Amino acid sequence: MGDTQPVTDKDRGELVLHAVDVHKSFGRLHVLNGVSLDVSRGETVCIIGASGSGKSTFLRCINHLEKIDSGRIEVNGQLIGYRQRNGNLVEDSEKSIARQRMQIGMVFQRFNLFPHMTALQNVIEAPIHVRRTSKEQAVAEGNALLERVGLADKRDVYPGKLSGGQQQRVAIARALAMKPALMLFDEATSALDPEVIGEVLAVMEELAHEGMTMIVVTHEMGFAREAADRVVMMDDGRFIEEGAPEQFFEAPSHERTRAFLSKIL
Amino acid sequence: MIGAVDWGIVWARIFHPDHVFARALWTTVYISVLAQILGVLLGFVAALMRMSRFSLLRFLSGAYVLVFRGTPVIVQIFFVYFGTNLLFGFTLIRPANLGLFTLNDAVIAGILALGINEGAYMREIIRAGIDAVDRGQMEAARSLGMPYRLAMRRIVLPQAARVIVPPLGNEFNNMMKTSSLLFFIGVYELFGDADVHYSTTFKPVEFFLAVAFWYLVLTTGWSLIQSRIERRLSMSERGDELSMRERLAEVFSPLHAWATRSR
Repeated sequence: MGDTQPVTDKDRGELVLHAVDVHKSFGRLHVLNGVSLDVSRGETVCIIGASGSGKSTFLRCINHLEKIDSGRIEVNGQLIGYRQRNGNLVEDSEKSIARQRMQIGMVFQRFNLFPHMTALQNVIEAPIHVRRTSKEQAVAEGNALLERVGLADKRDVYPGKLSGGQQQRVAIARALAMKPALMLFDEATSALDPEVIGEVLAVMEELAHEGMTMIVVTHEMGFAREAADRVVMMDDGRFIEEGAPEQFFEAPSHERTRAFLSKIL
Repeated sequence: MIGAVDWGIVWARIFHPDHVFARALWTTVYISVLAQILGVLLGFVAALMRMSRFSLLRFLSGAYVLVFRGTPVIVQIFFVYFGTNLLFGFTLIRPANLGLFTLNDAVIAGILALGINEGAYMREIIRAGIDAVDRGQMEAARSLGMPYRLAMRRIVLPQAARVIVPPLGNEFNNMMKTSSLLFFIGVYELFGDADVHYSTTFKPVEFFLAVAFWYLVLTTGWSLIQSRIERRLSMSERGDELSMRERLAEVFSPLHAWATRSR
């Protein structure tokens, strides 16, 4: 796909995400119980686990849509959401958090396209107003992105007139338009009708194969098997098991993983 | 007694308004517009204060609404007109002549009072509009690197506008009628014009009937404009794809909007 940087051996192994001992509670509910995860450039990591195990919360912490209580999250070596001051971590300013988010694309379960803008306007909105790309360039790149997700003919259509699968592909193009170093997918196919899940997964798989760094929270085990470099199992706010997909699905070592997989497969 | 009505006067007031009357009509219109604009601005600021994380700002916003929704607008008008200069110990409200807008001190005090009163009602309307926008919209905007204010301006407010405009239109309709209260501090507007004629001729039916007609013209004209604005705002939401020609027709032809209203 067009403007994704080719992955070289030198790039591999370079950490895009470095999360250490992340804790997060909502009131008395401890959602994240010391989560750590490293993701290298070009890697696709799938996070699986039962509902309420903290997968989505962890993903939302990565771009600071949720504040974390302790631990640290770095993207491209940059601390997210917090700044070190006199050895303490204090919440960063609005502006620099916004700047950090520019390098992290996110795709939501409910698409969250802007309903008052056409597909193309959705895609070029942030490049023009956040990155300050010129309108001509943003439109050219936006058209190319819509082409990539197979929706070049829908550029002037409002989200209300698109199917769920088409909306989600526009949402992927919108996130890619910011040229992120890391893409987060938060159950991107869970709200879709079964017959259109495939078209969204195909776009995601293509992205993964082209070397985009991705963290994918999903219930689609087929996708995890095909596209993931690593699968991580989350349970009760912790990562309890991880491995390459073959090993993970064929011979899971943890009791909870086996129980979960037997239910879902 | 119906025979005692001099229909000639009513006819003349409706079809041959003199220039004093025209001036009074214009005064009603611009006072209402300026007061409504002030009300929207104040309501917007108060709505943002209400959502602030600083408790002092939230408190001030609440106190503002409590006081100005809880007291009669005529009291507020008299208070601002007679009280402000006394209260501050210097002439805060000064007359100004800007050609089309003759802003004497009563007009300025009146616009201020009506606008401040209106802001208290607009705060609730604007807040409800912002609350009606799905939280995911703000999250999506911020995940793309938009700072809060940009996300508010480009993403949330345009969607909130659709919810805000219908009640805002009703507020403006009310405003045009409420502005008649300014006659009691000496503003020569539509109602004032009628009252002056009534008190020199003692013909209440004729003059108040005629002025009622003119208020009806203002409010009906406004409701036509309002329905066009609402249609335009709901267009993209329904996902209608309009050609450029249709869009132009939509903007420039009131007849077109009128004819296709029931579509």
